Amino acid sequence: MYNLIGAGIIVIGGGIGLGQIGGKAMESIARQPEAAGKIQTAMIIIGALLEGLAFGALILGK
Amino acid sequence: MVATKSIKFLVVFVLALTSFTAFAQEEVVENNLVDSPDEIREFIAHHLKDSHDFHLYTDNASGKHYGFPLPVIVWTSNGLKTFMSSEFHHDDNGEVVVDKDGTKIVKYHTKIYELDEGAAALSFDEAHHPTNASKVIDFSITKSVFGMILTGLLMLIGFSSLARGYKKGNTVPKGFSRVLEPLVIYVRDEIAKPNIGDKKYRKFMGFLLTVFFFIFILNILGLTPLGFNVTGQIAVTACLAIFTMVIYLFSGTKDFWAHTLWMPGVPIILRPILAVIELLGFVVIKPFSLLVRLFANITAGHFVVMSLMALMVSLKADFGPVASTGMSLILSLFIMFIELLVAFLQAFIFTMLSSLFIGMAVEEHDEHH
Repeated sequence: MYNLIGAGIIVIGGGIGLGQIGGKAMESIARQPEAAGKIQTAMIIIGALLEGLAFGALILGK
Repeated sequence: MVATKSIKFLVVFVLALTSFTAFAQEEVVENNLVDSPDEIREFIAHHLKDSHDFHLYTDNASGKHYGFPLPVIVWTSNGLKTFMSSEFHHDDNGEVVVDKDGTKIVKYHTKIYELDEGAAALSFDEAHHPTNASKVIDFSITKSVFGMILTGLLMLIGFSSLARGYKKGNTVPKGFSRVLEPLVIYVRDEIAKPNIGDKKYRKFMGFLLTVFFFIFILNILGLTPLGFNVTGQIAVTACLAIFTMVIYLFSGTKDFWAHTLWMPGVPIILRPILAVIELLGFVVIKPFSLLVRLFANITAGHFVVMSLMALMVSLKADFGPVASTGMSLILSLFIMFIELLVAFLQAFIFTMLSSLFIGMAVEEHDEHH
């Protein structure tokens, strides 16, 4: 029961983090459209790292 | 001209893929094979697991299964036993006992057991674990293994034809190699070079390209109606992650180990603590996140697609067969397109992070603290 709640909290945190990454990346692309490629790659990497954390929590919590 | 033709082909191919999967699903529904939420859950769980035979569909009217058997190769207490999985007659509840020279072999929930001496049938305890049978070492060519061999063959054919083209001196590849060349160059220029460095990337290109195309083709294969779920098997992704780990640990430079085990520029007291954290990060956490990411993404993708297809069963009572089927067809088509993106993205991410970790390990530090 508690592990499920913990996993839920971590997934909420991951969601907030992904939102931040996506939002900031969009902002920076809007500011510097010529750097869009680099920003996208960095965004995907950070997103993947975060996703790994959230999925890890999900698997361990289950 | 050629470009529009190939795009047309791609669109038709994708549509054919999605509609066929849905069609196969529908057939099961019409025959009332899967009807209740429990049965849907069981059906999805069965799809996500590996299996010992290649099952395409079941004709419920005649009760016939269509598909083909795969070889079962097990190491029992009496040595190696091999037979085709058709001898189990599609039984997965441990009811059919295969007798091989006195060794009684049963299959229960996709695991193969060897019955103990004197036992005639499998018996279970309260938690549904077999009590009178022992596990065997299973080397069978299961569906996943079959998928991996198929992918290996596809890669061998595709890339050897690409290599032959270059050997002949073609500067522009022909046929299917035209699809492969940009992907190879993409992996080289966008993944390997920026992360590992211009000097050292060549040594790791073999691994990175193999891993990229292996995951990519298997992910795409998982979206076809053949029902593969290879990259959704935790053993497969774990193995890939261990390969990456071994490669970056063994290609680590002196600088890498110095920075990992005895970090310069921090107080002496903190250095052992940092060493433990860094070692744990490189040996446990990084491979674990690699393997879990791929496994969970693909499993979740398959789960969502299957659940949306199951809508046509669970909503049939409320909305009628036509509306529920249309709804689930549109939704699963939409998710299928996203899954195509995910199939590429996960292959990209795995290769990207592998090269990032390798890059960390082979980096030369010029500045001294």
